[in-house]
Amino acid sequence: MSDTHAKSVAFVRETTIPQSAPPMAASGPVLWMRTNLFATWSNTLLTIAALYVLYLVLTATMPWMLNGVWNTESLRACREVLDGTSGACFSVLTERWNQLLFGFTYPSELYWRPGLAFALLFVAAAPVLFFDLPRKLLFFTAIYPFLAYWLIWGGSVLYPLLALAGVVVGYLVYSKLVARNFAAGFFGGIAAAVAFIWIGGLLIPETASDNAMLEAVPSRDLGGFMLNMMLGVTCVSLSVPIGIALALGRQSDLPIVKMICVVFIEFIRGVPLITLLFVASVMLAYFFPPESTVDLFLRVVIMITMFSSAYIAEVIRGGLAALPKGQYEAGDSLGLDYPQKMRLIVLPQALKISIPGIVNIAVGLFKDTTLVSVISLFDIIGMIRGPILASTDWAGVYWELFMFAGALFFIVCYGISQYSQWLERRLATDHR
Amino acid sequence: MKKTVFLGALTVAGLAAGAAAAGTLDDVKARGKLNCGVTTGLVGFAAPDANGVWEGFDVGVCRAVAAAVLGDATAVEFVPTTGKTRFTALASGEIDMLARNTTWTFSRDTDLKFDFVGVNYYDGQGFMVPKALGVTSAKDLNGATVCIQTGTTTELNLADFFRKNNMEYEPVPIETNAEGQQQYLAGACDTYTTDASGLASTRAAFENPTEHVILPEIISKEPLGPLVRHGDNEWGDIARWTLNALIAAEELGITSANVAELGAAAGGSPEVNRILGTEGNLGEMIGLDAQWAMRAIAAGGNYGELFEKNIGEKTPIGLARGLNAQWTDGGILYTPPFR
Repeated sequence: MSDTHAKSVAFVRETTIPQSAPPMAASGPVLWMRTNLFATWSNTLLTIAALYVLYLVLTATMPWMLNGVWNTESLRACREVLDGTSGACFSVLTERWNQLLFGFTYPSELYWRPGLAFALLFVAAAPVLFFDLPRKLLFFTAIYPFLAYWLIWGGSVLYPLLALAGVVVGYLVYSKLVARNFAAGFFGGIAAAVAFIWIGGLLIPETASDNAMLEAVPSRDLGGFMLNMMLGVTCVSLSVPIGIALALGRQSDLPIVKMICVVFIEFIRGVPLITLLFVASVMLAYFFPPESTVDLFLRVVIMITMFSSAYIAEVIRGGLAALPKGQYEAGDSLGLDYPQKMRLIVLPQALKISIPGIVNIAVGLFKDTTLVSVISLFDIIGMIRGPILASTDWAGVYWELFMFAGALFFIVCYGISQYSQWLERRLATDHR
Repeated sequence: MKKTVFLGALTVAGLAAGAAAAGTLDDVKARGKLNCGVTTGLVGFAAPDANGVWEGFDVGVCRAVAAAVLGDATAVEFVPTTGKTRFTALASGEIDMLARNTTWTFSRDTDLKFDFVGVNYYDGQGFMVPKALGVTSAKDLNGATVCIQTGTTTELNLADFFRKNNMEYEPVPIETNAEGQQQYLAGACDTYTTDASGLASTRAAFENPTEHVILPEIISKEPLGPLVRHGDNEWGDIARWTLNALIAAEELGITSANVAELGAAAGGSPEVNRILGTEGNLGEMIGLDAQWAMRAIAAGGNYGELFEKNIGEKTPIGLARGLNAQWTDGGILYTPPFR
């Protein structure tokens, strides 16, 4: 049989050709470039134009960056070192880094305290941000605000301990009363905590801070990027719960609660933040006797928190409105009361929808904290525009300082946005 | 005008609040610290150094008052104020005195209810031009483009000056000093105008300061001085005569180096003796002890020493004494006698 066609075909391949690599032009970087950069004529032109612009930018900036001077005492000394060549005077950063990060009056031997508080912030925030972590870590999150306050401001340990004890008392009262009625538990808990802290405050002697383990640092000595971080973290973490309460209040059936929330939100949203800051720093001073003003930091925190909570309330209201009515009705038909329905069914879904909006507000708020430089608080921008640019040594340095500030803000804001994207992917339950 | 009325109303409210308190001198003594308002930073006049210690010409006045009142030149809480917050901070009692290169004007003295206690720097508006332009007098600036900060008195002064001299100019409006510096260096304008001290400190920050000159004409009066609240004259006297003591000390040759020696025992000059408290009872009259002026001078030196150390010709800012020289040297510093 096999001989039948032996002469009819010249050649018969009896084995398959071994696999060979695809041609150069159809794989790897070449393919990628052909499809992405040089697919069509116009595409090619745009690529070349973009590369040329990139080249221009880099040739203009890279020599300046790479030729940077890192270790001179003043701008004049730096320019002597550069000797007419183009170069950055990064030495302003190495000489004044501590002022940029901590402000100019925070005692330099105490820098470890805000540094430690910053490091612990990650530990405290981790269980809140990444809910796969063991829930026991939340215990540390609960004590973190008091610990951070003690580390940064110093003074007697009694004050943060008292505040912590007050919160514990409030929680105990809440858990006792909540079984009967949520509102009774909620307001009873707050009242108990306030009363406890007020009575306890009377018992702590005035001189408690004099020989404290950590030296007390007054608020006006805080500054630099530390101040931006503190304002950002405090105000965001305070304004999310307040914003939720306001959003729920705005949808409430109780007319007075609803009216208060609407007026608050609309008023705050209608006023620029800088106006509120001026009120905090200038106007409030008139309403207190000269010696008993409320701490400026606290005033600013209150104003920024009010501002951002009004915005967050509107974002969350959008989330609440986006939920189908059936979800609310499902809660009702299960026989849940209002707090249970909100806590177990409505809010988890509404908040998930609101994440991008909340993160948007948080990022904007964090950058808005630089506005406090206008009311002569020395945050990082205040430090640059005030003391550093006004010093005889460094008057005239702009790019290096503002680039540094921009880099710090970019790192934080980019981190926040990456986290929120991770969170959205993690919570995506609808595409399974 | 509306703004002035508003500020005035605020001030009255602040005064009403402050009036209930005791005298400022007692407050300062009880507190053990002088709250002194300064700028958030102005080269040579007030800025914290790398260690966070405030220094500068205005700072020197604060330290002298603290030394006179409290005996400690470091017992000062420096409260940085911006141009917007400075007056309310003083009116509300947050600060005891303001030493923040503030121009003494009629409305600030009367309508805003403050008392200027003297002048520690006579400033005025000047012009800076590149040397290459070949201009030696402001009168040669006909047809020039001028970088000018909008909304300031300098803008009005400039218009007046050019109209008076029948000259034309083209304004290039800018917002801040930093912007002015960049525009001027980029060649957007032929000349940059602002207060002469500001021009000097701006020029000091240039890469090649020697390529620019500040023209000799000064076209406005800007007397800068410390101020206190209206209505507490005892405190105002202390601030005024501390400043006067610094100026008189230079005239009489009392320096930080020899003040201890001169103050140890009565010497040949009666006025020196009266200032340093070895003769007479001037300290008692002002409500302080006999050595008040001695401590004020020892704190940072006399007026001339403060000037040389912070803004004088040996510093990068390099301001000449000019009007700010003693009357005996052709300037207009002239203190009333200590008697």
